[in-house]
Amino acid sequence: MSDASIAERATDAPSAALRAVPRSGWHVATVAAVRRETPNASRLELDVDGWPGNAAGQHLDVRLTAPDGYTATRSYSIASSGPSSRVTLAVDKLPDGEVSPYLVDEVRAGDMLEVHGPLGAFFVWAPDQHRSLGPVRPVQLIAGGSGVVPLFAIAHAHAVAEDLTPFRMLYSVRTPDDIYFADELQALAAASDAFRLDLVYTRRTPDGWPTPAGRVMRDALAAAVIPAADHPLVYVCGSTGFVEQVASWLIELGHDARSIRTERYGGT
Amino acid sequence: MQHVDGNALAGPLAEFFTFDVTIATARCNGCGTVAELARAMVYQSGPGTVVRCSSCDAVLATLVEADDRAWIGFSGMSAIEVPRV
Repeated sequence: MSDASIAERATDAPSAALRAVPRSGWHVATVAAVRRETPNASRLELDVDGWPGNAAGQHLDVRLTAPDGYTATRSYSIASSGPSSRVTLAVDKLPDGEVSPYLVDEVRAGDMLEVHGPLGAFFVWAPDQHRSLGPVRPVQLIAGGSGVVPLFAIAHAHAVAEDLTPFRMLYSVRTPDDIYFADELQALAAASDAFRLDLVYTRRTPDGWPTPAGRVMRDALAAAVIPAADHPLVYVCGSTGFVEQVASWLIELGHDARSIRTERYGGT
Repeated sequence: MQHVDGNALAGPLAEFFTFDVTIATARCNGCGTVAELARAMVYQSGPGTVVRCSSCDAVLATLVEADDRAWIGFSGMSAIEVPRV
């Protein structure tokens, strides 16, 4: 290979999706603010020393160390994106958790945490990543409970970029009190025709809601997601059971498995 | 314990690899399926992490970590494709 061709190759730009994913590392984060997000979750604003920014949809790992040296590490999706070293998390409290009860109930502004990230280049979205792959394809986001966190980051990045790709979010949540980023999501839906929000309540609906509370079923899924004929890219995040049920129905409804990106957080 | 998926490998394996392994694609030795590691099933427990093929459930990889070292096995995969950045 000649020097000239090496130079040409060296200047080849990587794809937008990869360019948007900075190198990960361990960082010290200072809690800048914490507030209740839902009755069972808190929103944390972290100032992360040396944070290189992150793409929409990425996660980070939080490591807690006990006085005796015992450590526990857990993954949390990031609700924010872009070059800022201010990172937003929204953490759901697991009843028997080792890390989440501390993050939800105990942590205070000024506390410091060890974080590892940004992590993951698979469950991400960048404004120009689909344009480079041919015709623009609409994007369907499907969230179960706290699985909305990375999908909120994606929807917000879509709005900030003033991207006109049609987006639709289906968000399954127990009750109106359990909606994460409730005001922000309503504002995104009100601000742009390119973002549509569909809520499904599984335990209790608001007064006057047209459908009774209940899980998302196959027919409701078919009615509320962009049809397979429009070839949407689909992102699904939630508990393992939710994600696997939704993904299998999507395939039955004709969606291409390669066009469905999933992230399971375990749970029940 | 409920399994998760290959997205959860991003942090643990970033300790040892300079690229994001979750967007690397690998061929399962069991059934021949080629998929991103993010699409694999991941079982985490006290002793370590087992990565299984989402199509045939064969073991693709294992990860065991101790304080001062780690053991990483890729016993069930071949032909790993890594995007250059």
